[in-house]
Formats: sequence, structure tokens, C-alpha cells
Amino acid sequence: MTTATDTIDAHDEHHDHKMTGIKRWLYTTNHKDIGTLYLWFSFIMLLTGGAMAMVIRAELFQPGLQIIEPDFFNQMTTVHGLIMVFGAIMPAFTGLANWMLPMMIGAPDMALPRLNNWSFWILPFAFGILLSSLFMEGGGPNFGWTFYAPLSTTYSNGSTAFFVFAVHIMGISSIMGAINIVVTIMNLRAPGMTYMKMPLFVWTFFITAYLLIAVMPVLAGTVTMVLTDTYFGTDFFNAAGGGDPVMFQHIFWFFGHPEVYIMILPAFGIVSTIIPAFARKQLFGYSSMVYATSSIAFLSFIVWAHHMFTTGMPLAGELFFMYCTMLIAVPTGVKVFNWVATMWKGSMTFETPMLFSIAFVILFTIGGFSGLMLAMTPVDFQYHDTYFVVAHFHYVLVTGSLFSIYAAAYYWLPKWTGHMYSEKLGRFHFWCSLISVNLLFFPMHFLGLAGMPRRIPDYALQFADFNKWVSIGGFAFGLSQLIFLVLVIKCIRGGEKAPAKPWDGAEGLEWEVPSPAPYHTFSTPPEIK
Amino acid sequence: MTTETEKEYESYYVPDASHWPIVGAVALFLIAIGAGNYVANLDTGEGIGGWVLLAGIALIIYMVFGWFSNVIDESMEGKYSAQMDNSFRQGMSWFIFSEVMFFAAFFGALLYARVFAVPWLGGEGNNLETFQVLWPEFQAAWPLTSTPDGTTTEAMGWNGLPLYNTILLMTSSVTAHFAHVALEQNKRGALKVWLGLTVLLGLAFLTLQVEEYIHAYSAMGLTLASGIYGNTFFMLTGFHGMHVTLGTIMLIVMFFRVLKGHFTPENHFAFQAASWYWHFVDVVWVLLFLFVYIL
Repeated sequence: MTTATDTIDAHDEHHDHKMTGIKRWLYTTNHKDIGTLYLWFSFIMLLTGGAMAMVIRAELFQPGLQIIEPDFFNQMTTVHGLIMVFGAIMPAFTGLANWMLPMMIGAPDMALPRLNNWSFWILPFAFGILLSSLFMEGGGPNFGWTFYAPLSTTYSNGSTAFFVFAVHIMGISSIMGAINIVVTIMNLRAPGMTYMKMPLFVWTFFITAYLLIAVMPVLAGTVTMVLTDTYFGTDFFNAAGGGDPVMFQHIFWFFGHPEVYIMILPAFGIVSTIIPAFARKQLFGYSSMVYATSSIAFLSFIVWAHHMFTTGMPLAGELFFMYCTMLIAVPTGVKVFNWVATMWKGSMTFETPMLFSIAFVILFTIGGFSGLMLAMTPVDFQYHDTYFVVAHFHYVLVTGSLFSIYAAAYYWLPKWTGHMYSEKLGRFHFWCSLISVNLLFFPMHFLGLAGMPRRIPDYALQFADFNKWVSIGGFAFGLSQLIFLVLVIKCIRGGEKAPAKPWDGAEGLEWEVPSPAPYHTFSTPPEIK
Repeated sequence: MTTETEKEYESYYVPDASHWPIVGAVALFLIAIGAGNYVANLDTGEGIGGWVLLAGIALIIYMVFGWFSNVIDESMEGKYSAQMDNSFRQGMSWFIFSEVMFFAAFFGALLYARVFAVPWLGGEGNNLETFQVLWPEFQAAWPLTSTPDGTTTEAMGWNGLPLYNTILLMTSSVTAHFAHVALEQNKRGALKVWLGLTVLLGLAFLTLQVEEYIHAYSAMGLTLASGIYGNTFFMLTGFHGMHVTLGTIMLIVMFFRVLKGHFTPENHFAFQAASWYWHFVDVVWVLLFLFVYIL
């Protein structure tokens, strides 16, 4: 160490050692502050999108139209989807990346800290625009989160432009966040931390960030074409002008399918961190996990049209996309096998993070199996646009992505707050969530197989009983999430002091700094052996 | 500039809290609601959306000035290390990659329309019935000068203005490279000449493109709304033109920074980034010339 660098460090320390009040959060360049902002924002969005799901389930509690108009029902399903995808799951992962990546690789901060701040602060504005469009004349977006043309072009209401620009801002945020993650991992690893020594958590975020940089611009292109088709007289998605509405679906799902993996690969990383810690064993098959994640990411670019088997495609296309989709089961199977093998003969304990992780492995696998069923073109003709699809993607996104985010939050809460959370309350949250979420989504499989279509506010009488139970499960699941809110607030305000490493089986650099983690960590990088 | 590994890692510069990002966030917000309001009222011309949009653009220009001048000051004070420089370089390359993917969406639309949508409308494959029922008069061809609903237009040839523009832009890529070489060899005079020439070539390209658009709209009846051919033509060349504009502005800024004596043979990230960006718009143009004009 030289004196020169010491003075610079001391100088910086003095300057940005926390501004006070609102300015600290608005101007911050600190990865931990920005991570906290992302996490709180995503939780608020989870509750907002969740409230919309409650409206949907209230309307579907009984057949017939009781509470809301069909057009408002459509707005609820649309904005629920957009908020959960872009506002809850993705920012939560970015928040975890912000908090944990620099600590895990021994970096002083994210590589581009000011850009990091910008990536976050444009998000609340984007969602402000999206939500305010619900109150505009004619209502908010009502064409489904997939905004298929011509619903979003010829037949859309007046607020489509606001939807388009809100999505643009969300995309800019994701791209900048992803660039920051890639550069941080490539450039700021502590000396000695080679790529194959990185924690799997870091690997999965690395690969996810590539996917984001590759496909978010395509989404921007798609919404731009929707904008010009709606307002500037172009015919990209209109056959009368030589375009094609099916082309919309191709371009959208070229973004949309990698997007699905953007929301699950980080979950794989989280679970691969937590299961070894509570099984007190090394992760089984680390390098096969890295290769499996990479091959899933690659395959995600050549399977998009399995969302469109019934839309009209040459037979060769249907076959190609069917086989490629089924191929994804192979690397995913490798992962599930590795998680189970990690637990095999481990000295397992079942703290809340582990409970959520085990539930993830089982329930995500159920979602994977129903995905495999949907991958088969001939049977997809029956399942397409039914509640079976809704059941499938809620199993992978709620009991998959969301459960992994909860697991991560419980696992690192002691590091973030310096206090242990209440294990009793955590388990209560887990069991309430587990039971209600299955009551909520499992019957949807049968509803779908029996032919109940998705995105419709009314249904035939024979679906009444199951829908009643689904709605009850939905309300219970929604309420259960408030337990988590209480738990987090209690944990921030006090509780048992957390040691630097509260989990005896945990590994990684983040456990070598005190709890709560100091405002600046690793101003000089640790040596990795 | 540090060379020992140990020191390099120790001096990674983490900037102080900054108010520029939140200014930028407000600017993007104003741009989005301004543009949204403007576009939604396009037919009536009511509302103040246009003014909000302009305010947003002004604010974002202000932010870019403030933010970049902070970065330049920090760089001139020697706070940055080689590692920091690397972060900037990698960040810029991934940004350019994301831009490539943005263009890929529109190239994808162009290719899909040409290879699938238009021939299918003409009855190719198993679409004969669709063709006979919907638009039996329709003739599938590319460029699609007559759409199924009867909009007609002329196709833009590649000879003439587009060819001149190709030559201009490709030459400017070469001059940009010479400017970079001159900077690395610390030949400041040659640097100024080559960089100035690149800027002039960029401006000439933009002028000719405006000329081409005026010709298309007034003499050929080729507009943004002329069916899928006009759509892809104007969206691709238009977004490319916007990128050339941005690239030219970047090069002009670099030119003035060179005049002020900025950049050294070893340390010139901003110049490098602008030049990468310029090569990127050049490559996109070559693809455009091939797929939009010639083929």
C-alpha cells in the first residue's frame, strides 16, 4: 500500500460517507444503497401487482360478471403481468445482484456506480407512467402483457403511446443494469478469482446479463413498431400493407423467451448457493452447473416459436421449435439432479432460506414438467391459451423465481441488517405461502385441461367449484406476503445481533465482512487462493 | 497511470454521490410523457406534449454536459486507473452490442416480410386460399410497390444518392481510423485534419440523406406509410440516420476536446468510444445498403 492511495481512500470515505435524508437515496452511488432501493421497489411492485391479481381472483370467484367490467378485467391482467415481470421479479434480481455481486467477487463497488443509480431511478418513473395510464380516458393497456398486434395497434385505446414509452424506459434501465453487471464481473474480480472459481450465483447473473443486453433492445424495437403502426400509419403488423400480425409474435417472442430465462437463471444461482450451505456440502457438479446454465441461455434463443404453435407456421418450423424446446429439459434436468445430489447424505437443517429453496426445487420441477407437456406441438393445440398455461408459468415464476428471491432475502437479511430475522415468523410465512400457493395454482392445471380459457372474466358453470378454491388460495397467498413485510421491518429495527457468518455451512467472501456489511467493502481486494 | 498490478487494484475510483443520474431520470420522464402526449394528440394537435418533450430533451442535454464534464475532470485529475479505463471500454462495447440488437429487430422485420409475409400473401406455400379470398389481385414482389390494399409507391434505387452516401460513410470510417492512428502516434496536426475530415464527411452524409428523403416524399410518393416497403425503408434508414447524427455530435465534441489539448497516446477512452461508435454506424450502413437498397 502506498501513502498516495491511502489519502485518496480517506478522502473518498470522508466525502460520500452517507449523505443524510432523501439526498442519500437520490444521489447515491453505493451498490448497497442502490440494491436496497431495488429490493424495496420490487416489493412495492409485488404488492401492487398482487393487488391487481386479487381483483382478478375476486371477479373469478363466481361465474358471471359481479365486480368489474370486462375491459377493466383486461387492464388488470395486462398490468398485473407487466408489473410482476418488469417491476417485481427483474428489479428484485437486479437488487440482489447489486447488493451481493461486488461483495462476492471482492470488488469495491459496481464498475459504473453513477450509471447504476440512473438504472434504478428511471424505473419508478416508468411504472408511474404505466400505472397512471390506468386513470386516463379510455383506460390503460388492455391487450395482455404480450401486447399482441392488432390488439395493441388497430384495436388499442388512447394510452398505448404511454405504454410504449414506459416499456422503453424499463428496457433502458435493464440494459444499463446488465451492462454494469457484465463489466463488474469481467473487470473487477479480486486477483486470483478466475472464472471457474466464481460463485455460481455470480455465474448465473453474468449469463443473465448477456441475455438482457441481447434481447431488451429487440423489445424496444417491437414496441417502436407498435407505436408507429398505431400512430404513424405503418403496416408492420397489418397484412393489408404487406406486413403480418404473426410477425409481431415472432419478434416479441424472440425477446420473450430469453426473457423467461432472465427471470429464472438467477434463481438457479440463488438456490445453488443456499442448498450447499444448509446441506453442509459442496455444490455437486459446479462446472456442469456452469455449462448447463450456458446451454439453457443459448437454447433460449432458438425456441421462441413454441409460444405460437397454434398461430400458423410451416410444419418444419413446428417440429424444429418442438425438439429444441424439449432439449432444454436436458440441462435443466442436470441442475435438478445436482441440487438433489448436493442434499444427498448432507447434514441438513431446515431454516427458512432452505425451506424456500427445497420448495423451489420441487415446485419449479412441477412447472418444468408442465412446460415439457406444453412443448409438444400436438398436445399444445389443446392446452394453448387455457388455464394450464397460467398454471405452468405461475409455477415457474411464483414458486420458482419469487420463492428463490424470498430464499435469498432470508439468507442475506442478517448480512444486510445486522440482525437475525425471526425464524418463527419466517417459517410461518413459508408454510402459509406454500399451502396457499398450491391451492392457488394447482387446480388451474385441471381447469385448463378441462378447457377453461385464460384472460376471460367469465366462465362456464362447471368450473365454478375449482375457481372458488383458486380464489381463496389467491387471497390467502396475498395476505401471507404481508407476514414477510412485518418480518423485514422487525428485522431492520432490531433483533438478535447477527455474527459475520450466521450460517455455519455458508461459503463466500460476503461472510468475511461484518454484519451489517460496512458501507464500503473491499476498497482493496482480498486475495483469492 | 499505474502499471503494477497491486496498485491498479487498489485505486479503483468509486465516485462520490452525484445528482446527475436523478436529473437524467427526470429528463427521461419528461421525454416519455411529453412524447406520449404529443403522439396521442397527433391528429388534433392539442396538448402541450411537444413542449414537455423539448424540455426533457433540453434537460437531458444539460445532464450529459454536467455528467461528462465531471467524468472528464476526474480523468484529467488522474483519478482513473487502467482498470477504470477498461470498465469504460467494456461498457461501451456492450452498449454498441445492444444497439446492434436494436437494429436486428428491424432487419428481422424486413427479412420476415420479404421471405415469408409477402410471398404468403401472394399464395405461396399452403396459403392459396387466403390469397384467393383476401386479395386475389395482389402480386407478391419485392420491393413491394403495390400493397394488398392498393397503396402504390416507387422503389428507391441504389444508384445515385445512396451510392454516394455509401462511399462517403465508408471513407469517413477510414479517416476516423487514420485520426486514431495519428492520436496514438501523437501527431496532433494530422489528428485534427483527419478528425475534422471525418466530421465533414458525416455532415455531408446527413445532408444527402435529407435530400434523399425529400426526393422520396415529394417526387416518388415513397413515405413512411407506403406499406411494408416504405415502413422498413424509413425505419431502418431513419434510425440509422439518428445514430449517424449522434455519432457526428460525438465526433464534433472530440474535435473540440482535441483542440483543447485533451487525450494522450495512451489515454483517450472517449475518443476511442466515439470512433467505435462511428465504425458501428458504418457497418450498419453497409448492411442497409445491401438489404434495403440493392437486394
